[in-house]
Amino acid sequence: MSDQPPVILSVRDVSVRYGAIRAINNVSFDVRQGQILTLIGANGAGKTTTLRAISGMVRASGQVRFKDQPITGVRPDLLVRRGLCHCPEGRGIFANMTVQENLDLGAFTRTDADEVEKDKARVFELFPRIKERLKQNAGTLSGGEQQMLAIGRALLARPVLLLMDEPSLGLAPQLVQTIFRIIREINQAGVSILLVEQNAHMALRVAHHAVVLETGSVRMSGPAADLAASDEVRKAYLGHG
Amino acid sequence: MKNLAQNIADVPRSVAFRPATILVPWLACLAVALGVHHYLPMIVDEYWVNVFRRMGVFVMAAVSLNVVNGFAGQFSMGHAGFMAIGAYVAAGFSYYGSLYFRGEANVDDFMIQGTLLMLVGIVAGAFAAAGAGYLVGLPSLRLRGDYLAIVTLGFGEIIRVTLELTGKQVYDAKAFQDAPLSTLATLPFNGSTGFERVLPYANLFWVWLFVGVVCVVAYRIKNSSAGRAFLSIREDEIAARSMGIDLTKYKVRAFVLAAFLGGVAGAIYAHTGVNPSPTDAGFQRSFDIIIFVVLGGLGSLSGTAIAATLLTGLSEVLRGPESIVNSPAGVWSLAGIALALAVGSALLKAVGNRGWRVLAVASVAPVLLVCFAYLAQWLATAWGVKLSDYRMILYALLLILVMLLRPNGLLGVREVWELFGPEKPARRPGAVGPGKEPAP
Ligand SMILES: Nc1ncnc2c1ncn2[C@@H]1O[C@H](COP(=O)(O)OP(=O)(O)OP(=O)(O)O)[C@@H](O)[C@H]1O
Ligand SMILES: [Mg+2]
Repeated sequence: MSDQPPVILSVRDVSVRYGAIRAINNVSFDVRQGQILTLIGANGAGKTTTLRAISGMVRASGQVRFKDQPITGVRPDLLVRRGLCHCPEGRGIFANMTVQENLDLGAFTRTDADEVEKDKARVFELFPRIKERLKQNAGTLSGGEQQMLAIGRALLARPVLLLMDEPSLGLAPQLVQTIFRIIREINQAGVSILLVEQNAHMALRVAHHAVVLETGSVRMSGPAADLAASDEVRKAYLGHG
Repeated sequence: MKNLAQNIADVPRSVAFRPATILVPWLACLAVALGVHHYLPMIVDEYWVNVFRRMGVFVMAAVSLNVVNGFAGQFSMGHAGFMAIGAYVAAGFSYYGSLYFRGEANVDDFMIQGTLLMLVGIVAGAFAAAGAGYLVGLPSLRLRGDYLAIVTLGFGEIIRVTLELTGKQVYDAKAFQDAPLSTLATLPFNGSTGFERVLPYANLFWVWLFVGVVCVVAYRIKNSSAGRAFLSIREDEIAARSMGIDLTKYKVRAFVLAAFLGGVAGAIYAHTGVNPSPTDAGFQRSFDIIIFVVLGGLGSLSGTAIAATLLTGLSEVLRGPESIVNSPAGVWSLAGIALALAVGSALLKAVGNRGWRVLAVASVAPVLLVCFAYLAQWLATAWGVKLSDYRMILYALLLILVMLLRPNGLLGVREVWELFGPEKPARRPGAVGPGKEPAP
């Protein structure tokens, strides 16, 4: 354990209730610097809720620490400034604004215009197709292009930790491959990632660690390779008999 | 794949600070205002000059409402309330100011100082309205859609009722000069009768100068980072928050800015020869302005300005459509406009500018108007049917027709000049497929 990188996000006993519904219950896990942690689970297991609790979009009880500072109850816009970005479920594209304007909003909190331009160039390198469509309304992009825009836009905030909610949702298999390749590239550039996925197969392949959520509680957690090999996960999430 | 340096070079950069880009719009405003002031009275009569003053007020009102309803997507239905605050404060300054300094309000040889008082009043009215905008903006943080609409509607009605309860107007200069502060404390705005004898200092020049100022300010807001934040809140609040946008701050800011500019519109309105009265704060007026905004396009400044201009003009034309054909100058100038637009359209098409479609559609409008006028005349002489009796019905039908043809308003969120420019290359078929990406 001593050769593990330091913890960048620590989630301890976090619970969220929506009225009488208890969406997640005492969830705990750690994301380590420079690593990918994937959160998998069935529909309604509470994955999105967990991300929202971390990024301050819903009120949660428990302890969340980011870069060794408590962030429970801190507003999402302040977290973005500290380097914690949430790429929401369903992409959250601003449909009636151009691709260019969407990207500019990604860098909303930043004042270092020159550095932003450099980061944009990097985003275009990752997603050449985005660059061809700068003047187009984002709502007219294809689903895959919208997902690329959403990821590129989140990168422009220069995240230290990126929360991604189902980036492969609704994409053709080939594009899913591309998205996962890019997730790995982003990670290799030094960004820690908390990845929520339905596609457990791919997620377990790119991630270092994995957490399995079941009806709002952590069912299993450990190195991604170990989980991918475990019978229970193979049966329930990877579709192997 | 291109290399990094080339990618950076290709990125369109934000506009650098250049004095020309700052000054030119203001000079253009001044030029337009001077032009309208000098040339319009040569073409049209006194009645239409007044129509153009009212038109200017409505353009300002619609453009300012667009900041909150269009940009930020917070549906405010109490804009007339903000305008009324601006109107009463500004009228208070110019009326009681002249009473205090000059001892007389109902004189015309007082133009220079009167105009000064009006300008001070405009600033004060705008700030008063902005303060009210702050108060109304606060509940908007918790409310959405219908609920916010109801709250803002209620705000407008509160202003209307409050204005009805104001004290009697003071006409006696001596009495006012003796005790100005205690008199003002009674809010002497003449209750439901309306504020009388406010002099019409806002001539065509001042009205259209402020139209320009309001439009330029609103346009700058739209293209600022705050403007982008507004639009993103309107599009998707959760995504906007995850971009690092403070919802609270920007929603309130949208209300304050819209109210400020609406206050300017109201302040000008009070000086166009009307008696500002409590009904000016009522929901009827708010709805009129909302119609301009929705029809022009939520988020489109030029769209709302065009809608406000055309609809105000059209509702006047509908008072007596046959009068157009009775004035040869009217028919000829409309024909001239149509011809100019058609020629412009042909030229644009020749040089490959996609704006030709806009001009082509626009050139049909004056022709339709003249046809409509002849139809009205024929109906009147042959059948004895006066179309002007059905004015409100025709107006409503027109609104329905526009909404059916253009469900997002005339221009959606875009500006009219964004429709011009080189023809877009045809979209390559199959460009969207996944095949282009290199396999992992
Ligand atoms: N705003 C809400 N109000 C009430 N209940 C909610 C709300 N959001 C989520 N829930 C409930 O909380 C539970 C967890 O939802 P969540 O969106 O976190 O699931 P998920 O794991 O992301 O599912 P999916 O894979 O389908 O996206 C679900 O039972 C859901 O119905
Ligand atoms: Mg989810």
